[in-house]
Amino acid sequence: MYSEKVMDHFENPRNVGEIIDADGVGQVGNPTCGDIMKIYIKVNADIIEDIKFKTFGCGAAIATSSIITEMVKGKTLDEALSISNKQVAAALDGLPPKKMHCSNLAADAVQAAIEDYRSKSNNKS
Amino acid sequence: MKRIYLDHSATTPVRSEVAEIMYKYLTEDNFGNPTSLHWFGRKVRKGIDEAREKVAKSIGANAKEIIFTSGGTEADNMAIHGVAMANKNKGNHIITTAVEHHAVLNTVKALGKQGFTVTILPVDKYGAVRAEDVSAAITDKTILITIMHANNEVGTIMPIEEIGVIARSKGVLFHTDAVQSFGKIPVDVNKLGVDLLTISGHKIHGPKGIGALYVRRGTKWKQSLFHGGGQEGLKRAGTENVPGILALGLASELAAANLEKDNNYLKVLRDKLIKDVLEKIDQVELTGHPVQRLPNHASFTFRFIEGESMLLSLDMKGIAASSGSACTSGSLEPSHVLLAMGISHEIAHGSLRITLGIGNNNQDIEYFIKELSVIVDRLRAMSPLDPDNEFSQSSDCVSCKESGSCNNLA
Ligand SMILES: Cc1ncc(COP(=O)(O)O)c(C=O)c1O
Ligand code: FES
Repeated sequence: MYSEKVMDHFENPRNVGEIIDADGVGQVGNPTCGDIMKIYIKVNADIIEDIKFKTFGCGAAIATSSIITEMVKGKTLDEALSISNKQVAAALDGLPPKKMHCSNLAADAVQAAIEDYRSKSNNKS
Repeated sequence: MKRIYLDHSATTPVRSEVAEIMYKYLTEDNFGNPTSLHWFGRKVRKGIDEAREKVAKSIGANAKEIIFTSGGTEADNMAIHGVAMANKNKGNHIITTAVEHHAVLNTVKALGKQGFTVTILPVDKYGAVRAEDVSAAITDKTILITIMHANNEVGTIMPIEEIGVIARSKGVLFHTDAVQSFGKIPVDVNKLGVDLLTISGHKIHGPKGIGALYVRRGTKWKQSLFHGGGQEGLKRAGTENVPGILALGLASELAAANLEKDNNYLKVLRDKLIKDVLEKIDQVELTGHPVQRLPNHASFTFRFIEGESMLLSLDMKGIAASSGSACTSGSLEPSHVLLAMGISHEIAHGSLRITLGIGNNNQDIEYFIKELSVIVDRLRAMSPLDPDNEFSQSSDCVSCKESGSCNNLA
């Protein structure tokens, strides 16, 4: 049911964990099935220098979290924001139709982390 | 890779004797149509008659009371629909529980849209309905009570005998779905006090696509779903599934003959499994009744992790199990059974069902426990949840409101 790429990211997820002194943290919940994803980012000069995730969810949710961390690492914040859930699914060689909503979670969590970072840095200045 | 099958509530491997009899009734001279008058037909008819005797004997019934169907689902549909149609002049009220298999629940709900009133009784935290609640729900319009013998998801055995007494005293027909209990605990239509009872072949080491409905002689019931030929004594139209029927006959006979031995064997394995899981893994709970449960059934909820990711991880280690998590269900809703037991969406997310079979042994359990501990640790390390901020996100219960499943809570 899942592509090899999904299974690879599920089995060997990249960038799992937390960043204690993160510049932005985003946590989103999936209203469809109740899953939760949390993304931590470290930002330097508008670039995502480091990113980590934690996910409570299905295989697709774990794999999309993992691959999105690879996709946005080293990117500018605007580049990261432009990544769509379709791109995330495509990078995993597709997801079963019933699992497309899991990829929303990943894109939303990255967005939430960036928003969190931006609101914090606005407050500082 | 070593493969360990721990999903016997989903289906079971076919016994080799059973496969042989199926093959026999697909080949040689055994291809006749049992309705035919000639030798080929008569030969097969005889086989069907013997199978009917065997099925009847295994549940304490008379052969005339057995109707072969395409499986548990059809038998449930036929039982409920047939009683509803035959008794609609008498009343229109049907009683069932919130934890039935969809074959019952959706049939009853469909009748609810056709002028019948349905009471869906709540269950306790173990998934059992209370006989008093059944009694209190009966009105002068009640024509049918349909309550499963044992639950497929949490293994809880329902107080069918008690409900049988109530049903009889109030003159209400009583159907039970014994698909999961048959072959694992004694199933006797008279002891249980039921008027209709469903069994299915593939849960008792028989083939898929064959089942039977028991209808007690004299029951006001009529075949009302299929229109066609006069097979099964006008009770189920369509040329008989001869190999399936022969297989169900033998599988039922073997299940009944080995019942005590298998029951004892499975219980020992199951108890070891439950004890080890609860001892070796933190933050886990047994779901379903601790004692009143099927001898081969263990089901749990593991906090902070999700069922599908457990199943995928187990599968990578060659272990087959199942889960009632939202992510594994086609509808992306958690199991209606777990919700009805008052288990929250979040906890239901971490459900895992292990159902043993006579092919399993101690080593299988040990291997399973060893791998499961590693898997649970790995997934928990990946989870954003922990005992301090447990589920703070979803306290507003969005999906519950959407699904209306809160209404089911006991
Ligand atoms: C309790 C119960 N009833 C009915 C069924 C359906 O039986 P079948 O698969 O033969 O249609 C099942 C099988 O999953 C079951 O567990
Ligand atoms: S996150 Fe629940 S189905 Fe994927």
